[in-house]
Amino acid sequence: MPLSAPLPHRAGLGLKPEHYAQILEHKPELGFFEVHAENYMGAGGPPHHYLEAISAHYPLSLHGVGLSIGGENPLDKEHLKRLRFLIEKYSPASFSEHLAWSTHDSGYFNDLLPLPYTQATLDQVCAHVSEVQDALGVRMLLENPSTYVLFEESTIDEIDFMAAIAQRTGCGLLLDVNNVMVSAVNHKRDPYAYIEAYPIDEVGEIHLAGYDETQDSAGERLLIDAHGSAIRPDVFELFVFTLKRTGPKPVLVEWDNDVPDFDTLYAESRRAQAALDAAAGPDVKAAQ
Amino acid sequence: MSAAVSQDAFAAALADPARALPAGVTSARGAPDPLRFAVYRNNVHVSLVEALAKGFPVTRRLVGDEFFKAMARVYVGKTKPASPVMLFYGDSFPDFIAGFEPAAGLPYLPDVARLEYAWTQSYHAADAPPLGLSDVARIAPDALAAARLEPHPAARLVRSSFPVGAIWAAHQGDAVGRLAEKAGQTVLVARPGAEVRVTVIPAIDADFAAALFAGFTINDASLTGAAAAGFDAGRALVGLIGLGAFGAISREQTRR
Repeated sequence: MPLSAPLPHRAGLGLKPEHYAQILEHKPELGFFEVHAENYMGAGGPPHHYLEAISAHYPLSLHGVGLSIGGENPLDKEHLKRLRFLIEKYSPASFSEHLAWSTHDSGYFNDLLPLPYTQATLDQVCAHVSEVQDALGVRMLLENPSTYVLFEESTIDEIDFMAAIAQRTGCGLLLDVNNVMVSAVNHKRDPYAYIEAYPIDEVGEIHLAGYDETQDSAGERLLIDAHGSAIRPDVFELFVFTLKRTGPKPVLVEWDNDVPDFDTLYAESRRAQAALDAAAGPDVKAAQ
Repeated sequence: MSAAVSQDAFAAALADPARALPAGVTSARGAPDPLRFAVYRNNVHVSLVEALAKGFPVTRRLVGDEFFKAMARVYVGKTKPASPVMLFYGDSFPDFIAGFEPAAGLPYLPDVARLEYAWTQSYHAADAPPLGLSDVARIAPDALAAARLEPHPAARLVRSSFPVGAIWAAHQGDAVGRLAEKAGQTVLVARPGAEVRVTVIPAIDADFAAALFAGFTINDASLTGAAAAGFDAGRALVGLIGLGAFGAISREQTRR
C-alpha cells in the first residue's frame, strides 16, 4: 500500500498556491493539507517544489476531481496512471474522489455532474471504484455529491447507494457535510436524518465549505456548492451534530474560489478544530 | 416507466442553452426546473472562463473584465478541455483571439496572450538544471560553433512585432504607466531557478536567439545576426545562457 499513515483526526486545509510561501515560513499548527490532484499533474515547477516541501511537514490528502467515477464511459487509463504517479511520489495519507461524472466524448466539463441511482449505475460505479483501487493500490474514499436536480429513474436512496458501494468495493466514504446540507435543502429532505442514516463506520474524512444561495423557478431555496465563503452557520451546526455520531475524524475546510488570505482560512480551520476538541471530550484533550 | 437520462443527453443539454432539459431530469416538486439545470450549465461555463482569466491575467486587464468574459465565453463554447488536467486549458486561446473580430482593434492582444501561455508552460515544465557557462567552456571552439543548443524544458521564446514584453511588464503591478516602447520585441520566458522569469532579449540578438531555438548550429545562427552593426554572437550567447535559455548541448553536432 503506497499510502502513508492515516490522516490525523484533526482539522486540515486545502493548499492554495497563494499561501505556499507563508505556510513554509510559519508552519502553522494544522492536522494536514489537501490538494486537488489535477493541479499537480504538470511535469515540474513551483507547484511540485512547494508540495514536496510542505508535504515533508504535514500529512497530505490527495483529492481527485477529474476521474469521472460516475461516468458511463470507461475510466481514463492515462488519468489513473497520473494519479498513481502522484501517489508514489508523495505517499499521501489518503486518496479521495467524487460520486459524480465530468468527462464525456465531447470533452471535460470541469464540474461534478449528477447521476441517477439505479441498480445499473450502482454496478457501474462499483466496477469503477474497484478499478481505481486496483490501479492505484489504495483504499479510496468516495465523497457524497451536492446536487441540483433529481432523476425520475432513480430507485435507490443516496445513502443506500453510498453504503452499497462501500460494502461491495471496500472503499471508505468522505462525508461532505456542506454537500449534505446543499442537497437536503435542494431536494426538501432533512439533513439531520441524512447524517443519522449515513454509514458512519466507513467515514474516513469530513469536508466543510461555504455554499451560495439562490432560488429555483418556483422561487424555492436553491443552494449552490460554491466553496467561496466561510462555513455557513447551519452547516457548522450540522457538523457538530455529525461529530457526535462519528467521533473525531480528519476534517477539511474547503475554500477554492475567491480564496481569502491565509489568516482568514486558518481561522476557519480553528473553528473546526475547536468542535473536534469538544467532540473528543476532556480526557482526550488533556492527553494531546 | 420513467425516462432514463443518458449522459449523452445530459452533456448535449449542458453544451447548448437553447436545448430543453433532458426528459427524466426532475426536482423534488416532481417537475423539471430549467433554473436548476442551469446551475450545471453555469458551473461549467463560469469555471472554464475563470480558468482562462487565471491563465491570461494581462490579456484580461488589457480588454477589461466584461470584454474578457464575453470573449472567453465564446471560446469556451467552442473549446472544451480535452483532459481533466486543466493546467494547459487555453492553449489555443491566443489563436482564437487573433481571429476574434471584436478584439481586432488591439492587434497586440494575441501576442500578449501567447506570452502568457508561454509563462504557464514554463511554470509547469519539467525541472532540469540549465546549461551553464562552464558547460560551454568545456567544448572546443570549433566543436561549439558546430553545436546546437537544446532549449531548456521551461524556456519559450515569444517573438512579436509589438512590444509585448513591455506591455506584459507594465501590467504586473497595480499602476500602469504610459509605454515608451513602440518596436517589436522578442521575449524569453524561462525558469532558471525557482521562479519563472520574463526577459526582453536585446533587439540585436533576437534573430540569433530565434535561430538557436529553431535548432540551427551556433555558427549558422550567428550568421543571422552578423549583418547588424554591433552584433556579437559570443556576448549574445553568454546573455542567453545566463537567462537559463538552454538545457543541454545537443549530441547531434552535424552542420545543417
